[in-house]
Amino acid sequence: MQISLTVNGSLRELDVEPTMLLVEILRDHLRLTGTHIGCDTSQCGACNVLMDGKAVKSCTVIAGQADGASVTTIEGLGADGALHPMQAAFREAHGLQCGFCTPGMVIAGIAIAGRHGPDVNEETIRHDLEGNLCRCTGYTNIVKAIRAGAAAL
Amino acid sequence: MTGYHRPATLDEAAALAATGGDIAYLAGGHTLIPAMKSRLRAPDALVDLARVPGLSGVSREGERVWIGAMTRHAEVAKSAPIAALARLAGGIGDPQVRERGTLGGSVANNDPAADYPAAVLGLDAVIETNRGSHAADDFFLGMFATALEEVEIVTRIGFRVPQAAAYAKFAHPASRYALIGVFAARFVDGARVAVTGAGPGVFRWTEAEAAIDAGAALPELAPDDLNSDIHAGAEYRAHLARVMLRRALGDMA
Repeated sequence: MQISLTVNGSLRELDVEPTMLLVEILRDHLRLTGTHIGCDTSQCGACNVLMDGKAVKSCTVIAGQADGASVTTIEGLGADGALHPMQAAFREAHGLQCGFCTPGMVIAGIAIAGRHGPDVNEETIRHDLEGNLCRCTGYTNIVKAIRAGAAAL
Repeated sequence: MTGYHRPATLDEAAALAATGGDIAYLAGGHTLIPAMKSRLRAPDALVDLARVPGLSGVSREGERVWIGAMTRHAEVAKSAPIAALARLAGGIGDPQVRERGTLGGSVANNDPAADYPAAVLGLDAVIETNRGSHAADDFFLGMFATALEEVEIVTRIGFRVPQAAAYAKFAHPASRYALIGVFAARFVDGARVAVTGAGPGVFRWTEAEAAIDAGAALPELAPDDLNSDIHAGAEYRAHLARVMLRRALGDMA
């Protein structure tokens, strides 16, 4: 089917299977490989993107559902040489090790800041990260990064 | 290859489903899409309800709170005027899942470990469809089975406003589904207790309702017909049900 979606501010027209996953559209058709496929079972959050302003799992949205939507991926957050405040906070707080979960964590962090504001506390962040898995860091620096990023937004 | 339709009206959606084959209605897709990816489901076509107007929102009419079938869990968590229902919705899956998953999708699917069926049964709800309506007591028919006909589409659900209610859930740590969830509600004409995650489908725990109404000690739940799997044995589930009931009653007090 023909779909059109706005990705990182650019209108994209695509001819794809209606059941193609949004994450496949982003990675395979648009070559935006910053969005990762971790579990493929809707649990890990590595594929989180912002769709119409909400953080969603792009492995669990199909092309037909994404038609007409506005999507922001990790590539669309900052500009060359100018990280988004949440990205900068992850760098500053060393909120990553291998980096695989990081795009999804940054997107989740932005959504958490949107829901709870600049003074979001540690307990809320930990609770709201229940859909994002990290196998390296033990989360401590991720939580620190999201606190700092939320305050800077 | 799976077909895909995006009707603009309920009549058009029902007509598509009546054309035969294995047709699946798509709401938020947070059960159906994972099931298709793991090849548990392979429908011939999807009928996406996203463009059908009037299927989401929350409103109060008399003794019932009506919630549109396409209302996302996040929206119910934020705006349902029954606190126990809002808290239940806020505990489904994780924040990303709650932005997509819907009330109608969950209820029509009737996963034996889903949260919403416990609230629908516990709050004596009415399930309205494009063909009529169902009382919650007659709606859930065991594992993934409901009273819905093939062409029937849930449009909204009316929850009876209780004097007090609470939901206590022991969530599986990975899936966030209920290993056991107990929804308890008190109405002027008596208590209702609904249990999810324990058996082949959500059910009312009538002995517990009678004990609450009589002010008697809470009963044991017989493990005979309960699920036993890699996550928990039937006796453990029976024990947890009583613990979750006690927690729910504590939250109501």
